[in-house]
Amino acid sequence: MRVVLSNSAGVPLYQQIKEQVGTAILSGELAEGSALPSVRALARDLRISIITTTRAYADLAAEGFIATVPGKGAYVLPLDSALVREQLLRQVEDGLQAALDAARRAGLQREDLIEILDGLIHAEQDAVR
Amino acid sequence: MSSELAFSLRGVGAAVSGSFALRDVSFELPTGYVMGLMGANGAGKTTAIRCLLGMRGFETGEIELLGHRVPGPVALRQDVGVVLHRTYFVGDWRLAEVERALRPFYDRWDRARYRQLLADFGLDLRARVKDLSRGMAVKLMIAVALSHQARLLVFDEPTSGLDPATRDELAGIIGDFLLDEGHSVLFSTHITSDLDRIGDYLTLIHEGRIAATGTKDEILDAYRVVRGGPDDLSEPVGVQLIGLRRTPAGTQALVRTGEAGLLSGDVLVEAPTLEEIAVHIGARANRRDPHPGASGGTSRRPRPDVGRQDRGSSMSARETA
Repeated sequence: MRVVLSNSAGVPLYQQIKEQVGTAILSGELAEGSALPSVRALARDLRISIITTTRAYADLAAEGFIATVPGKGAYVLPLDSALVREQLLRQVEDGLQAALDAARRAGLQREDLIEILDGLIHAEQDAVR
Repeated sequence: MSSELAFSLRGVGAAVSGSFALRDVSFELPTGYVMGLMGANGAGKTTAIRCLLGMRGFETGEIELLGHRVPGPVALRQDVGVVLHRTYFVGDWRLAEVERALRPFYDRWDRARYRQLLADFGLDLRARVKDLSRGMAVKLMIAVALSHQARLLVFDEPTSGLDPATRDELAGIIGDFLLDEGHSVLFSTHITSDLDRIGDYLTLIHEGRIAATGTKDEILDAYRVVRGGPDDLSEPVGVQLIGLRRTPAGTQALVRTGEAGLLSGDVLVEAPTLEEIAVHIGARANRRDPHPGASGGTSRRPRPDVGRQDRGSSMSARETA
């Protein structure tokens, strides 16, 4: 598991951990069932407090990304849980909203946007083949 | 069993000398975590630690250590490892002799562990105590504490005089120790960068009293640092300016978060770093009059000339504001 903490990001450390682990799980980099280091091992390795890593894991567990086993550690839950799906939906909405904002500034119409989206989907399908 | 407390001090008072005493000192650490005890030189860190460890008496209050009232049974020493800022071993001893001398005092001394730790820490069994560097001496004391299977490690300024690489190594050793949820660590320091990262709980001690205690985040949230021009921050109503520093270029002080809203809008209010909290709370000590405590009572306790309001009037000012 890769966690890179910034001291100057202005983002609390627990949130940086949470976001990075969450992103790794959503991208499939951390697969379902992968073991995560224990809260205490992660605190040691990152040289941060146990309270900080505990909070990051508690948030990840609350959002349905991981399950923690007291005294053992934590592992990645299957991605299809409703909570994770909600997270993904929110990301889709955020991304589309950003696209919409840019499109408005560029003066694009609904048809133009749909055309671009179709183009992207086709390009991705071609890349897979 | 992390719900238990590793230790607690409640209302502890201890007279140290005519001019200095611990007064109403209360703080506690849940089992399984790290607490940093922070304060300026002479603030009372070492005295508090000595009371906790039963190394000196105290007049009022009570102390519990690993579930026992202090002074506890002699066997309690088995469970506590102490790392002081200098070794308590005889300088001519070789590290193998350190083991031979200490082993009889500990029921659970683990010989293989001692040798393994020395190897891990890069210490030679044949070296003499007096030839060890500061960092090596600290590591030797840690090796001893871990070899008798202490559950609580108490460090008195372990990091002063250590280079950054060795400090980082020490943070890793503490992290290893804390992999066991039954283990806890208390360390005193005035180097805040160590605490910024690994400390779970923090206690700030100032002139023998507790200025603040809680989780690190609670303490960071409790204060704001304010900066303004050279003429700003003059006598704000209802706000205690802690450790105010005024120079021709500008003014800076620490305030309690709840009072920050009462400041006028043209000053910059920001979340402080631990270093800033330590600097401003510690700064009050340097403004004491030349004969602190000469009058005895706490009512004459020196306070910064810039605070101008005692706590009482500050409270009432806030209520009317």
